[in-house]
Amino acid sequence: MNVPTLSIKNLHKSFADNHVLKGVDLEAHKGDVISILGASGSGKSTLLRCVNLLETPTSGDILVNGELIKMKQDKKRGAIPVSIKQVERIRSRLAMVFQGFNLWSHLSVLENVIEAPVHVLGVPKKEAIAKAEALLQRVGLYERKDYYPEQLSGGQQQRVAIARALAVEPEVMLFDEPTSALDPELVGEVLTVMRDLAEEGRTMLVVTHEMAFARDVSNKVLFLHQGLVEEQGKPEDIFTNPTSERFKQFISTVY
Amino acid sequence: MFSLYGYQDIFLEGAWLTLQVALLSLVLSVVLGLLAALAKLSHSTVLKSIATLYTTIIRGIPDLILMLLIFFGGQLLINDMSYNLNEWLNETLTGYYPDHEWTAYLPEYIDISPYFAGIVTIGFIFGAYMAETFRGAILSVNKGQLEAATAYGMNKYKRFSRVMFPQMMRYALPGLGNNWLVLLKTTALVSIIGLQDMVKIAGDASGSTQKPFTFYLVVALIFLFYTAVSTSALKWAERKYSIQTR
Repeated sequence: MNVPTLSIKNLHKSFADNHVLKGVDLEAHKGDVISILGASGSGKSTLLRCVNLLETPTSGDILVNGELIKMKQDKKRGAIPVSIKQVERIRSRLAMVFQGFNLWSHLSVLENVIEAPVHVLGVPKKEAIAKAEALLQRVGLYERKDYYPEQLSGGQQQRVAIARALAVEPEVMLFDEPTSALDPELVGEVLTVMRDLAEEGRTMLVVTHEMAFARDVSNKVLFLHQGLVEEQGKPEDIFTNPTSERFKQFISTVY
Repeated sequence: MFSLYGYQDIFLEGAWLTLQVALLSLVLSVVLGLLAALAKLSHSTVLKSIATLYTTIIRGIPDLILMLLIFFGGQLLINDMSYNLNEWLNETLTGYYPDHEWTAYLPEYIDISPYFAGIVTIGFIFGAYMAETFRGAILSVNKGQLEAATAYGMNKYKRFSRVMFPQMMRYALPGLGNNWLVLLKTTALVSIIGLQDMVKIAGDASGSTQKPFTFYLVVALIFLFYTAVSTSALKWAERKYSIQTR
């Protein structure tokens, strides 16, 4: 069997006394689109943020393409990475799309998209620009390439953020509630782009409240409850025959 | 028209010197201010305490007194160090070579130039004010901006130079501009430690010509010219760094 693109084993995360993740396992193979569902406070965003170490896991293993992110125990700070260089290298291979977009507001749309390729990965600027223009073309914002983020609507900003993520040719794309901050009429344009990405075989981890996306686009759904995986499986199975009472309740309240 | 009783050339030199002192002090104060602001926001208790001590002491003492303390104290300190180093070097060498003759390896008396002392002192003083400006600016930057930089694999230097610095500047500029205007005017104090800036020259000139009002008026006008130019440059910079919106 081939090496999973992303593998998470027995992940725990506590903030002081608050035990947010209590042992989560997850495996993503190339081309998997995994939706992570759960009520607020279930730990789903924390799980995603642990994958690229925006939050440092308290314990557990994370492997990207079989490479373990090495951690050690520090007396004062608890678990910390052994090599920040390794973490930075792995982060540059995982692209995150944030709920609040987090486009760099001092850079134009095009500059946002070429920033990581040029200044982290060392891609020649000309090459990065050509590619960025193609990506902006693809998310339908080529005409806005010289605008600044604040001049765009939320939906447009999120599409730029997706282009920024694609520009680093990530192993895994991490989406942290990408449509939650958007006005309802702007959700569609972002989901359309994400659907396209899923169809072309991108590996995606999507924390979302969009049940239709989870059901129709992803090939695997994970339902978190109080820091544990309460239910998981193929969407066609778990949406029609949920085994967990909580997941039943969850889908009935969200629909 | 610009004849100033024969003092015009030396006056212009003094005006240029004032500007040099101000600009070089500005550079020093920005560097010190950034370092102190970063120290204050760091996790290290030692760095925090040093930075807090620095800003508290400097901001609590009048500029004039500080200038005199640093100029005279610095002079004493450096000469003391130079004397002790000379003694130590000679003793050590005599220990190895008994017939070694006493030599002044370092100058026996180092005279700090008022130019250098003025720049260091003003830079040092305004570094403390800049530190507060920068600290506030750093705290104003949206956390998500840095989080995105982290998530895309930037190391801490890149995060600072590519994201934090350009973003904090827009918050720092108004305060920085204010500090610059005050700094520019504080350069008038370097005349008391003997620098031939335009204030000193005006003093000397009015002594010999008995026309103090004329000379100090010219000084005032030159300062006003500098500050007016600065103010428009700052307006331009604030526009450049402002958030681009529709």
